Amino acid sequence: MSGSVKKGYIRPLDLKQGRVDMSHGGGGRAMAQLIDELFAAAFANEYLGQGDDGAVLPAPAAGERLVIATDAHVVSPLFFPGGDIGCLSVHGTLNDVAVMGARPLYLAASFILEEGFPLGELKRIVDSMAAAAREAGVPVVTGDTKVVEQGKGDGVFITTTGVGALAAARDISGRRARPGDAVLVSGTMGDHGTAILSLRESLAFETEIVSDTAALHGLIEALLAAVPDVHVLRDPTRGGLATTLNEIATQSGVGITLEEAAIPVDPQVEAACEFLGLDPLYVANEGKLVAIVPAECAEAALAALRAHPLGANAARIGEITEDANHFVQIRTGFGGRRMVDWLSGEQLPRIC
Amino acid sequence: MKYVDEFRDGALASKLAAAIRVEADPARNYAFMEFCGGHTHAISRYGVTDLLPANVRMIHGPGCPVCVLPIGRIDMAIRLALAENVTILTYGDCLRVPASNGQSMLKAKARGADIRMVYSAADALALAQREPERQVVFFAIGFETTTPPTALVIRQAKALGLANFSVLCNHVLTPSAIMTILESPEVRELGTVPLDGFIGPAHVSTVIGSRPYAFFAEEYRKPVVIAGFEPLDVMQAIRMLVRQVNEGRAEVENEFTRAVTEDGNRKAQALVSEVFELRRSFEWRGLREVPYSALKIRKAFAEHDAEARFGLAYQSVPDNKACECGAILRGVKKPTDCKIFGTVCTPENPMGSCMVSSEGACAAHYNFGRFRDIPVVAA
Repeated sequence: MSGSVKKGYIRPLDLKQGRVDMSHGGGGRAMAQLIDELFAAAFANEYLGQGDDGAVLPAPAAGERLVIATDAHVVSPLFFPGGDIGCLSVHGTLNDVAVMGARPLYLAASFILEEGFPLGELKRIVDSMAAAAREAGVPVVTGDTKVVEQGKGDGVFITTTGVGALAAARDISGRRARPGDAVLVSGTMGDHGTAILSLRESLAFETEIVSDTAALHGLIEALLAAVPDVHVLRDPTRGGLATTLNEIATQSGVGITLEEAAIPVDPQVEAACEFLGLDPLYVANEGKLVAIVPAECAEAALAALRAHPLGANAARIGEITEDANHFVQIRTGFGGRRMVDWLSGEQLPRIC
Repeated sequence: MKYVDEFRDGALASKLAAAIRVEADPARNYAFMEFCGGHTHAISRYGVTDLLPANVRMIHGPGCPVCVLPIGRIDMAIRLALAENVTILTYGDCLRVPASNGQSMLKAKARGADIRMVYSAADALALAQREPERQVVFFAIGFETTTPPTALVIRQAKALGLANFSVLCNHVLTPSAIMTILESPEVRELGTVPLDGFIGPAHVSTVIGSRPYAFFAEEYRKPVVIAGFEPLDVMQAIRMLVRQVNEGRAEVENEFTRAVTEDGNRKAQALVSEVFELRRSFEWRGLREVPYSALKIRKAFAEHDAEARFGLAYQSVPDNKACECGAILRGVKKPTDCKIFGTVCTPENPMGSCMVSSEGACAAHYNFGRFRDIPVVAA
């Protein structure tokens, strides 16, 4: 990002009435001003301040490896109970880095803005993003802005990329689930997707459900301190817990059996899903963790999760089994069994 | 969830299961058809069959609105959207129903047709009001439960003089479908489908009441128990059916008394007959042409009847040859009897309509129950 506009000769951005126009992506003075007054001001840090096309970063400690993850965010609506696309775009990518067992270090952010989008709303989003990055202790060190014509975008799309450092001995992967391992979740399932859905024009219903969007690296650090040999970590985002567990079962070549009664679901989320004909196990989360640990570590892992504010409702919900078909099954509260299959089609569009 | 969890209670379920095991005569088999997709879904979703003794078998019936929709009707909607440039609005499940030439509404949408999902008929009407320059067609499907809301929006459109709103009506009738199954050669003569009774519809019966089923009990000597859509409702209904069979009775009993009366919802019935009349014949997937089994919009509302407004003609299209949806919908075959089940035909790429909706027999078995077909092999 560049910061070379001379102060005093330029009218500040009109954050009350102003809107994004094509010149904000044109590479000229208007673009430099937008970057300067909005992005650089909000994200201010020494790397971004270098003002070059890329950020030059220190190498990780000897023996550490790098983890990189990227995530595009197209959520609609942009503002929702419990968050907005700004903080979501920080949390989403940080969590992808953190579930690898890595310590997130830096973020890069790329914005696609739609012509006509109010600058005031853009500032709200960028400020929320900057606050989330500060709280997580991970700076946004480089970025990009593009503007598309009206009708070619949906307000704002944000792509973020995260870099983290991974300790030499750590091996956390979707391939490591072993028969007998315990399956844990860090809290209630389906909060984020339900919160988003409550605002959709065609469905709008009144509820106090808020998105659980949060950065999970602190929770993960606490878990790994208590149980270093965690086999698998995932954040069950799109497609919810069901999709995440099917991915793990396939990757590890195992089966999974769940206890329906043990899976935490907020009563309001349960009621909303019942009403809409959705299954909370397929609804997205943005601040929850699935952890698969050796059975003998399950209680210690659970205690570590529950001791952290983001893991207060953590629960042990099932176990890994031997199954050549890699089926995820559930013992229903009713006393029967069924599969928890891959999601067919799309349950809820544009939730993250 | 109060008033819901009570009907999903695992402890009560195991008591009921024990009672059914005691009452079911080990010397005979029981085969009951749950007519409704809502029951099919509850049975699969909660694992009800795991709680039943081996000699009590459930047969999935044709009561899934998406499943019985013939290819030709979907083709009509797609043609309308592509050729006449109208906006088609419909319920979500309809979008994935396979049409001719590998098409579906979802694929037509990707090719530029303006086809959108709505959650209610009222949403469709609201869009037509909001965008008067757009011709809006509501593709209406469903049994007696979804018919009154469609009738209501047609009446409202007429009252509002809404020139850009019409309905492509595919509403069908439950009693004629049950009759067709009872009259089918497999049930009547060949005895290939042993059918000892029906679990009667839940929501449909709130509208039409319990009276229309009396004919089946009397004329065909089949017990009917109307049941709610919760799993304990289903278990209780099965127990009541077992008792009727054991005692040689064939009556209409109502397990769903908290919602269903003998007369049903008279106001809704009056509304429906004000707006709709019987079609002489309608094609059902699986049941072929069934006389007087569907509704059409009355002449008085013709300006809101998409078939009249756009001069649409119905063309019947045969199902994929390998697809067994027809036999499955009549209870003659099980999903696993179909050669393409789970291989060519999956929820991601449905060949037949039973694989589309989660209420369809094939999708329910694929999504919830297929682990039962495959012996678990140690990895």
